Amino acid sequence: MRRENLAPTQITDIMKRPFSPNRRFVERIGFAGLTATALVTTLPIVGTIVYILIQGAPAISLEFLTSFPRDGMRAGGILPAIIGTLYLALGVSIFAVPLGIAAAIYLAEYASDTPLTRTIRIAIINLAGIPSVVYGLFGLGLFVLFLNFGTSILAASLTLSIMTLPVIISTAEEALRTVPQSFRTVSASLGATRWQTIRRIVLKEALPGILTGVILGLERAVGETAPILFTGAAFFLPRLPNSPFDATMALPYHLFVISTQVPNMPVQIQYGVALTLLAFVLTMNLVATVIRSRARAKRQW
Amino acid sequence: MEKSLTWREFIVTRAIQASGYSAIVFVALIFFFLLREGAPALTDVKLSALFSARWYPIEDYFGVLPLITGSLVVTIGAMLIAFPLGIGTAVYISEIAPRWIREILKPLVELLGGLPSVVLGFLGILLVSPFLRVFLDLPTGLTAFTGSLLLGGIAVPTIVSVAEDALDAVPRSYREGAWALGATRWQTIWYVTLPAAKSGVLTAVMLGVGRAIGETMTVMMVTGNAPVLATALGSWFAPARTMTATIAAEMGEVANGSAHYHVLFFIGIVLFLISLGVNVAASSVVFRTKKRAERILS
Repeated sequence: MRRENLAPTQITDIMKRPFSPNRRFVERIGFAGLTATALVTTLPIVGTIVYILIQGAPAISLEFLTSFPRDGMRAGGILPAIIGTLYLALGVSIFAVPLGIAAAIYLAEYASDTPLTRTIRIAIINLAGIPSVVYGLFGLGLFVLFLNFGTSILAASLTLSIMTLPVIISTAEEALRTVPQSFRTVSASLGATRWQTIRRIVLKEALPGILTGVILGLERAVGETAPILFTGAAFFLPRLPNSPFDATMALPYHLFVISTQVPNMPVQIQYGVALTLLAFVLTMNLVATVIRSRARAKRQW
Repeated sequence: MEKSLTWREFIVTRAIQASGYSAIVFVALIFFFLLREGAPALTDVKLSALFSARWYPIEDYFGVLPLITGSLVVTIGAMLIAFPLGIGTAVYISEIAPRWIREILKPLVELLGGLPSVVLGFLGILLVSPFLRVFLDLPTGLTAFTGSLLLGGIAVPTIVSVAEDALDAVPRSYREGAWALGATRWQTIWYVTLPAAKSGVLTAVMLGVGRAIGETMTVMMVTGNAPVLATALGSWFAPARTMTATIAAEMGEVANGSAHYHVLFFIGIVLFLISLGVNVAASSVVFRTKKRAERILS
């Protein structure tokens, strides 16, 4: 099949390999090596999370979560950063979620395999691969300067939305495709139009999968710093933003600021912010995993 | 009633179609706005000056070579770490691990993919770099190597998930054939499964490179940000500065429309084209193998 051009001696050589005397020994060594590799990869992940949990937990208190920073951010709480991150997540939900799901419906239900569809797929793959800081530049060029939104929640969440789109589209499309064709056939045979079938049958069945995609997309948006650096993040704000055209503090940017830009920053607050951000991300991850596995268990087709 | 239904159907269909096309529009918009702000760099700065070895924007030296070599050194280092770890873990998860271990490892690796890069950078500053400074006896722990180490961690989840999909897609009959011939499981992995998943593994590595070269916050926080041209192996253990970090660190402080501003956008164009190349190449590998599989099946 693949190795067509082998000399006869090479072929006998390959055929002998399975019977080399120490092959069991080689297998044991190989498996041990792979197991060790998997451990080296995954243990630091657990270690990182546990470490931040232990270091950050003492900093977390109701006051820390619900009050404003004081003394040049070296004391007090992180309320504006938390609220800002929530606003950005809300913005992404408003812009990216409907658009992403609609695009997924188009790809899964309407599009046939034409060059145009393939171009759309390549475009989505590219959107997923563009470096986050390039999204920042784009957001600065289009939303902040050209459309004159200024550095604002609006500009930042639009930038994050476009970055999040490929995650939502690809997971939602996958979810739609797992709905069996027979569901659509039956619905159509009962006289439903295409859109009625999609809205009442397909979307309903694919909902858990779509939800997982949406949450994973939001998780990515919440954790990103580079795209909001020049589109909406504020170093420090003494008050909460009160319109979409205000800049805002955000958790990831706040962590960046206090771990690199502020001298004599108490380590405990840094770990506290890291833990808060991690809690956001982990919770979303957990919710997504639970929705996915429960839907899998419940699925009857 | 009939009529309004058709109308609604028509409008909804058009809206869905438009959303489908939006991805193309966004890629085009991104490229257009990068060009609009970045192309003037070529008239602001002479081409020879742009590709020179000195980056010192305050005195109008806009040589991007140190930044490109910085990105290269950090990314190559990251791949040296992430490739064996990522492929090894993918093989372990897909071929060796018992089911319950797989159910634990897969979400864990996914979790690493979801960790905000700023958190990794933060730990890099506080833990990794002081450790490396003492352990390797360096003047500073903020080096290209530190960046590679953490970037490796960021690239691993991408490599694992793509490579694992590729290994999963290898038909079970291939393995059964090898076992029937008396091959051990190790030999089957090494001589049958991995070669059969070769193109998927290649895709995984390419996407990993794309992920690593575009990463911003972690690198900016831990590589020390010194725009020095990398010339020897020693550069790996010295501070470096990548293209992404330069944009992130300097864009906030430049005047809109200045030469510096245009050059930063120009670097953005370079990054955009790199990621475009990597992703188109990776997806064409995927499409090709899909076609091959279809040919075999039919």
